Amino acid sequence: MSSVRVLVGTAKGAFILTSDGKREKWEIEGPLFAGWTIYHMKGSPVDPDRIYASQCSDWFGQVLQRSSDGGKTWQQPGGEAVPEMGAMPTGASNKFVYDGDAGTHMWFDGTPHPWEFKRVWHLEPSPTDSEIVYAGVEDAAIFRSDDGAMTWKELPALRSQRGSEWQPGAGGLGLHTILLDPTNPLRIYVAISAAGAFRTDDGGTTWKPINRGLKSKYIPDPDAEIGHCVHRLALHPSRPDVVFMQLHWNVMRTDNAGELWTNISGNLPTDFGFPIEVHAHEPETIYVVPIKSDSEHFVHEGKLRVFRSRTGGTEWEALTKGLPQRDCYVNILRDAMATDSLDRCGIYFGTTGGQVYVSPDDGDNWSVIVHDLPRVLSVEVQTLP
Amino acid sequence: MNRHAIRVVLPYHLQTLAKIGSEVVVEFDGPATTESVLDAVESSYPMLRGTIRDYVTKKRRPLLRFFACGKDISHEQPDTLLPDALLSRNEPFIIWGAVAGG
Repeated sequence: MSSVRVLVGTAKGAFILTSDGKREKWEIEGPLFAGWTIYHMKGSPVDPDRIYASQCSDWFGQVLQRSSDGGKTWQQPGGEAVPEMGAMPTGASNKFVYDGDAGTHMWFDGTPHPWEFKRVWHLEPSPTDSEIVYAGVEDAAIFRSDDGAMTWKELPALRSQRGSEWQPGAGGLGLHTILLDPTNPLRIYVAISAAGAFRTDDGGTTWKPINRGLKSKYIPDPDAEIGHCVHRLALHPSRPDVVFMQLHWNVMRTDNAGELWTNISGNLPTDFGFPIEVHAHEPETIYVVPIKSDSEHFVHEGKLRVFRSRTGGTEWEALTKGLPQRDCYVNILRDAMATDSLDRCGIYFGTTGGQVYVSPDDGDNWSVIVHDLPRVLSVEVQTLP
Repeated sequence: MNRHAIRVVLPYHLQTLAKIGSEVVVEFDGPATTESVLDAVESSYPMLRGTIRDYVTKKRRPLLRFFACGKDISHEQPDTLLPDALLSRNEPFIIWGAVAGG
């Protein structure tokens, strides 16, 4: 019987939640890396027991962890003790160094600010090789490892897309989304707060902004080529040219790989939000969680509601069964929603209040897996045979 | 060349990362300086590389402090000689996280 493994990154450690295919009874393991901030964990689609984790701290910086047994044990690739004093370690999994002279980006006040590595926001393992993994980092850049996260190399051409004009979003200048086209290994989409969305069609040698059609009223030129605060991108593997976006305000879609975006916010009660996900088996079924506003980062009207569109956007329905419908003031962060690929698709999300919810039936009914974790930063799901 | 053995106290999060207790002893040759102590710590515990000092610049991470004999030596030059009490192992070299309360 199939099972699921939910990887939860929180402000104070990682948790692994497991269940069988019914998704009714759950085992909770953790905290792993207690006291450390776990921005993101994700398993390799090729080898589900290979899991990567971004562990960080304002005090001690970035650490990369890797498991080869489904999260039972972890190691820092290249951080193993060396056999003799003075011998050099074989790798440096937390060494993220920008290519060449990093230069400056724009600070909040419009002045130049040196590019400084702060943390890994997102890890995206390759769909074809468990040793290849991409990292989206703050200050915004994309790195690639070909040796299982032991060493990292920047794909620097991304920052040549007017990187000196990129400005941080409220949460920092983070590259938070990496979508690997499952049908074309050379195509990658990324999104950066608050620079916008970008695409490469040659494996990262060159990039182009893909922000036409976005309108952002909070920047001097609402139609600018760069500078949009994209919160999240999502696609269905069967149609990689169709990409959905939660923009700062507005939910958007493109049917031509980002050449033009159209607004699909439709009847949402508010179109501000962070995560967006696509149903595992229905490419036109998408999910968002509207948040009241960028000034009040909690759900609208004190009600925790997931909104589902079965029409690829514009027409939305509120999913509320099993979710608190009064006195709820949590947020759902951009990496904190995921789907499994069981027959009735499971939808999962974690909140800033420490709850992790699951719907085992496409969003119709919800229950809480765990109530009282630290602030949830990320949720990923592995569907296991 | 002198060989030194220095006691080093590490903050909790680095203890868990390196899977060690609160205090370790590191050995090295040459002058006993902050730089040589940190080189020895990173050599003995490679998983701590980048967590105390920046990989490239070797500068102390901003929210860490170094103490010796009750004195904050965070802002001293990395090649400043450490007090004799550390060489005799009566006192440890202490690495602490700044702003620890709250």
